[in-house]
Amino acid sequence: MASLTGYATVSMILFSLGAIGVVSRRNVFVIYMSIELMLNGINLFLVTFARYHFNMDGQILSMMVIAIAAAEAAIFLSVIILLFRTKKSLDTDIFTELKQEVE
Amino acid sequence: MQTPYLLWIILVPLIGALLNTGFYFYHIKYKKIPEKVFAIIGTVTPFIAFLFTLNLFFKLLDGSANLEQTLFQWLDVDSLSVEVKFLGDKLSIFMSMFVTFVGWLIHIYAVGYMKGDDGFGKFFAYFNLFLASMLILVLADNPIILFVGWEGVGVCSYLLISFHYTNADNVMAGNKAFIVNRVGDLGFILGVITLFFALDQSGLSFETMKTNINMAPNELLILSGFLLFVGAMGKSAQVPLYVWLPDAMAGPTPISALIHAATMVTAGIYMVARFHFLYSSVEEIGLFIAYIGAISALFAAIIATRQQDIKKILAYSTMSQLGYMFMGVGLGFYSSGLFHVFTHAFFKAMLFMGAGGAILALHHEQNIFKMAQHRKRLPIISATFLIGVIAISGIPPFSGFFSKDAILAASFQQGEYLIWGIGMFTAFLTAFYMFRLYFIVFVAPNGQESQYTYTDKTITIPLLILAIGAIFAGFLNFPAIFGGSAFVDSWLSELNSIKLHMSHATEYALMIASIAVAGAGIFVAYKKYASFDVYKPESEEGLIANKFYVDEFYDKVFVQSIKKMSTFFDETVDTKYIDGGLMMICREFVNVGKKLAILQNANVRYYAFYMLAGISAISMYIYITLLGQ
Repeated sequence: MASLTGYATVSMILFSLGAIGVVSRRNVFVIYMSIELMLNGINLFLVTFARYHFNMDGQILSMMVIAIAAAEAAIFLSVIILLFRTKKSLDTDIFTELKQEVE
Repeated sequence: MQTPYLLWIILVPLIGALLNTGFYFYHIKYKKIPEKVFAIIGTVTPFIAFLFTLNLFFKLLDGSANLEQTLFQWLDVDSLSVEVKFLGDKLSIFMSMFVTFVGWLIHIYAVGYMKGDDGFGKFFAYFNLFLASMLILVLADNPIILFVGWEGVGVCSYLLISFHYTNADNVMAGNKAFIVNRVGDLGFILGVITLFFALDQSGLSFETMKTNINMAPNELLILSGFLLFVGAMGKSAQVPLYVWLPDAMAGPTPISALIHAATMVTAGIYMVARFHFLYSSVEEIGLFIAYIGAISALFAAIIATRQQDIKKILAYSTMSQLGYMFMGVGLGFYSSGLFHVFTHAFFKAMLFMGAGGAILALHHEQNIFKMAQHRKRLPIISATFLIGVIAISGIPPFSGFFSKDAILAASFQQGEYLIWGIGMFTAFLTAFYMFRLYFIVFVAPNGQESQYTYTDKTITIPLLILAIGAIFAGFLNFPAIFGGSAFVDSWLSELNSIKLHMSHATEYALMIASIAVAGAGIFVAYKKYASFDVYKPESEEGLIANKFYVDEFYDKVFVQSIKKMSTFFDETVDTKYIDGGLMMICREFVNVGKKLAILQNANVRYYAFYMLAGISAISMYIYITLLGQ
């Protein structure tokens, strides 16, 4: 069995990749996938520690996260479709209607 | 001895004021109420108060102890304990006797004078309130209650002087009276506070103050005596706070009569007599009061010789007579000073009412020369006016002679020859200017005359009653030298006035001197004015006719400088510094807000980054604190 550090490292790399993706990518779709990546990084963390402590709580929580991520995916994908319909584009930098106008 | 009547003396005029107010509101809002209703309420209530006072007077005459009535505890803070309590000792009953009596007569007179005025009901509401305030002042047991009456009198004078408020001059005069009095009131409050602490906070009732007066340090007594006298200067119109009194003539004549005879201006004298225990223990202040009185008497008399407004002449004569009273009380002759207040109330009320009657008959003409030009024969008024003029000039056996002569003799006995000299000269001037007034208005030939008959008895009857008073009031204090019993002196013996003890020869000589001086004044006035050509009035130029430019001086020095200061604070301090400072703070908030608003650039990726950065910072913080444990 691989060490705890290894699992933790992999999950942290996954989370960080997701975080960097959210901040740096402009395509809404890619941002969504990055968020999923972060979620799954956390899931991996939870499962790892559940196994490590012989406690099922973490496993249950990760199942919850997956279930909610599925529901979220449904909403997020419909939002993406709507966004595309309004501006014919998925570039986040175009959606700046809420910008504060500084004179 | 407790008595339930003291409260009723005050309460009856107060109820009259409230009833008149209520009826007046009904009168202007719903249905007209005839003047008779207001007149009856207004005149009956002072009379009932007078009857109550008379009852208490006879009780005291029977040798009863001081009357008092405690209502309730008003304030009780640490050592400061103030009771609403009224005191009916010989002094306060003496005062309220003539306040209610002369006040009542003036109320009756006002019924005739104010007939047909729109504010008839309002006038009587104010009038009753004025009388009630004065009675609170007189019957108070401690300076705090006295101050309530003191302020009440001030408010009522303000309301009454500016009674015809549609005329801006009246309103200005009312304001002036109120503001100048305010200066004096500040002195009074400070004086009471000083006295309270000087007596080691041992209590504020006049009785306890009197017993404890010896424990106070002398300097504090001098200070409080001076400050209290500043209050008296304001109320009793002495130099330098007298400027409001001549302007107060803007009000209808009954008000002038009430202010000058029965209420308001006598309050200062009464207050000094009330604090006689204080003033007899600090003689420096007493002397100071006497000198202020002498200066005021002379100053007012000089101004009065060149005035042309009949009411202003009378106003200055009041100020001059008040000066005499202060000479009396300042030198420690409290009963003489108060006796002059008493006789003055009769003849001055009568003079004002006579002047008012003449003004009314001549269609509100107040300039004496113009009055003479349009003169009508007014037999009752001119006769009573002559009695008043003789009384104020100090010709025996009219009342003014006895009271004024007692004060002059007192100053001579005390060795204050300067005060005596000023007093004598003022007596000369008084006789002169009063007879000048009389000769011009009633005697000097004008080639045409018609009879004017008063149909209104309310104007003439009070005049006749007061005329009797003005002639005979002096005999109440008939001096011992003529075999009299000096009733007022013995009645007010608890004030510990200094007694006259001079040889009969000196006393006779002084009397003859003062009669001669008054006679000389009358003679000069007769020579100059008895056959004066009233169509060539005196000029209104010159220092004296312009009242020594004191009003202008006060205007320049006090009013304008305060105005300038106000403008400075309004335009510079407020706008520039206070508003500027506040606006600067506001602008800085806006600037910082603008800088922060750049962060809100609607770019989702940045928002995500801020979130990450925030979460990371918090995580780092928790991590470091955990590490530290």
